[in-house]
Amino acid sequence: MITAERKPFDQIKTVTDQFENILVVGCNTCVAVCLTGGEKEAEILATQLRLQRQKDGIGGTVETVTVLRQCENEYVDAVAAQVAGKDLILSTACSIGPQLFADRFPQVRVAPAMNTNMLGVVKEHHVWTEYCAACGDCVIFNTGGICPIARCAKQLTNGPCGGSQDGHCEISKDIPCVWQLIYLKLASFGLEGNLSRISGPKDWSKANSGGPRTMKKEGFKP
Amino acid sequence: MRSGSTLETVLEAGKFAVTAELGPPKSADPQVIIDKANILKGHVDAVNITDNQTAIARMSSMAAAKLVIEQGLEPIMQMTCRDRNRLAMQADILGAAALGVKNLLCLTGDHQSFGNHPQSLGVFDLDSVTLVRMVRDMRDGPRFQCGEEIAFAPRLFIGAAANPYADPFPFRAIRLAKKVDAGIDFCQTQIIYNVEKFEEFMRQCRELGVTERCKILAGVAPLKSAGTARYMKNRVAGMDVPDELVERMSAAADPQDEGIDVCVEIIKRVKEIDGVAGVHIMAVEWESAVPEITKRAGLIPGSAS
Repeated sequence: MITAERKPFDQIKTVTDQFENILVVGCNTCVAVCLTGGEKEAEILATQLRLQRQKDGIGGTVETVTVLRQCENEYVDAVAAQVAGKDLILSTACSIGPQLFADRFPQVRVAPAMNTNMLGVVKEHHVWTEYCAACGDCVIFNTGGICPIARCAKQLTNGPCGGSQDGHCEISKDIPCVWQLIYLKLASFGLEGNLSRISGPKDWSKANSGGPRTMKKEGFKP
Repeated sequence: MRSGSTLETVLEAGKFAVTAELGPPKSADPQVIIDKANILKGHVDAVNITDNQTAIARMSSMAAAKLVIEQGLEPIMQMTCRDRNRLAMQADILGAAALGVKNLLCLTGDHQSFGNHPQSLGVFDLDSVTLVRMVRDMRDGPRFQCGEEIAFAPRLFIGAAANPYADPFPFRAIRLAKKVDAGIDFCQTQIIYNVEKFEEFMRQCRELGVTERCKILAGVAPLKSAGTARYMKNRVAGMDVPDELVERMSAAADPQDEGIDVCVEIIKRVKEIDGVAGVHIMAVEWESAVPEITKRAGLIPGSAS
């Protein structure tokens, strides 16, 4: 899933203080699963804002609405009635959400309430870990089903580097060395010898370095 | 001869090579380089010019290498993958060769979080292995990484680093073999304090045929104090400092003198290991220790013998 964390309240307040009528929009997909931007969290944020604005003597309204997915036009368009009359849409989705609201409601200012951080998994209860860098050229068959691009601090294609020690990365004892994991996984299949082959250089043109990407499904007409 | 460098000449002649390290300053002052070069000149065959070592912004390794050449000392220019993409790297490789640099050490580089600009973007377009392959192709193709021909090839003696103390241990010699396959001519190891483990690493290198295809220079460094020993043991990734060495440094009446003695003892031990072609002395910000170490170890640079 895409994970996102709420921005510090002070940052949100600095932006929202400039507006009178605000619509806080939750998103019930990824950010709801990571317990940061779903319906419940959007309502909590709206309540916090109402209380703070009351204290600060700022007029206007703070309403909330939550959509199933803020990354699809039909769900975003469906809340046109709630958007009407608002000065600011404050989205608790990943950064795709506020961008799509800005597309669909060009007259209304939009702000993100979140910092989007990664494509990750629920590693354990309330802990998410990055697993994918969306590089556009997946190599994990060769690396034991473990991604070295997202999970190695140096994106090595021929790791582990000289900083790998006791199973952790040189930058932190809290980060596992992914190349150690790759080595052990391949060794469990008796395939560690595969790591003798030189891999790369990586083609970054398939990643975001090649410019913003568009995906089209062949055989379908819009 | 692939590069015609002094280091290559010494190693190809089967002589024991001695290299040291010269870190460029955190300033634009050329005199720092000139002074350090003159301390080291005559005591070593070549000096490594570090490239933003430990991710701290410094004078560029190419400019410092040129200054070192002007002092009559041979540089081994270091290049990391952290700060440049393949376009910038190839530009610098051609430029360095044009300025007279004949040895290039290819490194992945310490992560930017260690340095004084932890908010910078880590590039890592290539890693050390793919960088070696690119340099080899630029010299021997001669062609750019994209495949286009180069009319005038950079003649470089290509090196890389090897760390016998990183994990997983069984992979360390294999990883060096990979760098040999990619195209290195020589390598310098991480600082050796645990000689027994290094002996095992060298045994694996011989078994893989690495020592026949690559000149291995054993990395050594004098400890300045017990505090330095403890810091290296506990805080520097990929270091193996045995407890007895920390104790020996703690008990020393003159720790600097003891540190030099320890270094000399290690040099004498690694020199006897089959496949060790030289030593690389890393006396970081303690260049004056190098002439003393080579004197006590009875090392004469291959280029002077």
